[in-house]
Amino acid sequence: MSNLFNIDIVNPEQSFISKDNVFEVVIPAVEGEIGILKDHIPIISFLKPGIIRVFSESEEQNFYVEDGIVEFKDNTLSVLTSSIFDLKDADKNFVSESISSAEAELSKDNIDDQKRFLLNHKVEVLKSISTN
Amino acid sequence: MPSLDDLRKRITSVKSTQKITKAMKMVAAAKLRKAQENAEKGRPYSEKMNNVILNLSKSITDKENAPKLLVGTGEEKVHLCIVLTADRGLCGGFNTNIIKKAKSYFEKIISENKTLKIITVGSKGYDQLKRQYKSYIVENISFKESKNINYFDADKVGKIIIEKFEKNEFDVCAIFYNKFKNVITQIPQEQQIVPLNEDKDDKDDSSNDNDYEFEPDEDEILSNLLPKNISTQIFKAMLENSASEQGSRMTAMDNATRNAGELVDRLTIEYNRSRQAAITKELIEIISGAESL
Repeated sequence: MSNLFNIDIVNPEQSFISKDNVFEVVIPAVEGEIGILKDHIPIISFLKPGIIRVFSESEEQNFYVEDGIVEFKDNTLSVLTSSIFDLKDADKNFVSESISSAEAELSKDNIDDQKRFLLNHKVEVLKSISTN
Repeated sequence: MPSLDDLRKRITSVKSTQKITKAMKMVAAAKLRKAQENAEKGRPYSEKMNNVILNLSKSITDKENAPKLLVGTGEEKVHLCIVLTADRGLCGGFNTNIIKKAKSYFEKIISENKTLKIITVGSKGYDQLKRQYKSYIVENISFKESKNINYFDADKVGKIIIEKFEKNEFDVCAIFYNKFKNVITQIPQEQQIVPLNEDKDDKDDSSNDNDYEFEPDEDEILSNLLPKNISTQIFKAMLENSASEQGSRMTAMDNATRNAGELVDRLTIEYNRSRQAAITKELIEIISGAESL
């Protein structure tokens, strides 16, 4: 029996990728990374800024996401996100811009702890992208 | 009876109008294809979003503490209406149809002695509504500068709505837009987005499985998701609207081109007749002059 399942990543403008031959996906959920294999129980969760790793038979793909919702049901993983890009064609300028805007946001006084945590995390992830 | 010269002038002017309408039709047709594509591409996102929310709201057992965006404030005194129209005219009944739909809703609200607030998106809607409902319009948004419809714009509108909701400025929110059915028909739609109305037919077929695992808990997910859903619904409406606008314009311009063609034919016949009449008259004059000699 095959151990493959489907993944659909959609953003508001279009369907980003849709594959039916992945065997593992690692998603950066708010409460920690989740690795999803076939026949995972149905789950709904949130994403924090991070990297989605999609392992399919032939290749491994990495995407950066800022936020979004994931739903896993009937061996289909749906990822809804408004900001996503493939690490392979990451735009250096865009990354550094995002870092500086996030840092500017961080320097404000009126943000709560949760947001501060998310922003800190975002900066960390983006920096690791830009150094690679 | 217009002179030959007048007729000729009119024919040329109608012909040049026809050229313009024909060009507009072509442009609309090209834009329509793109808009339609975009609308179709955007559908999976809003559908999936709806599904997730539906599943979530079913698993919420504690209705009283559920997020207010989902269940409402418990009252329905203040209605906020978002009227989405185009920024340009010359597209047949497109804008008028939305306005008509919205107006009948407004009248209902006013006659029930409830408070009405209007946000117009798109300058044509504002132009048509300001005469009658000026005092109710709280905001007027236009995205004339952005060339393509993007999620960023929809999010801006969404944020305004959320902000107003958090300040308790309204209880019920409805959006008005045209749903794209095909090039000839666009259906004006009224959709309530706060509190969220579940579609009855969706309820039945998926009610058997709500065994999701949630991380973090349902409430937190919902309160994060609902504001996003509003932006998504607005975005969907904007996509449908833009496809409808182009479709409507294409049909309108096609009709205009055809009408202009008919007019040219009629004028040409009239022109030819009067020219023939003038020739005949001259001939008669010559002949009768020759006979009298």
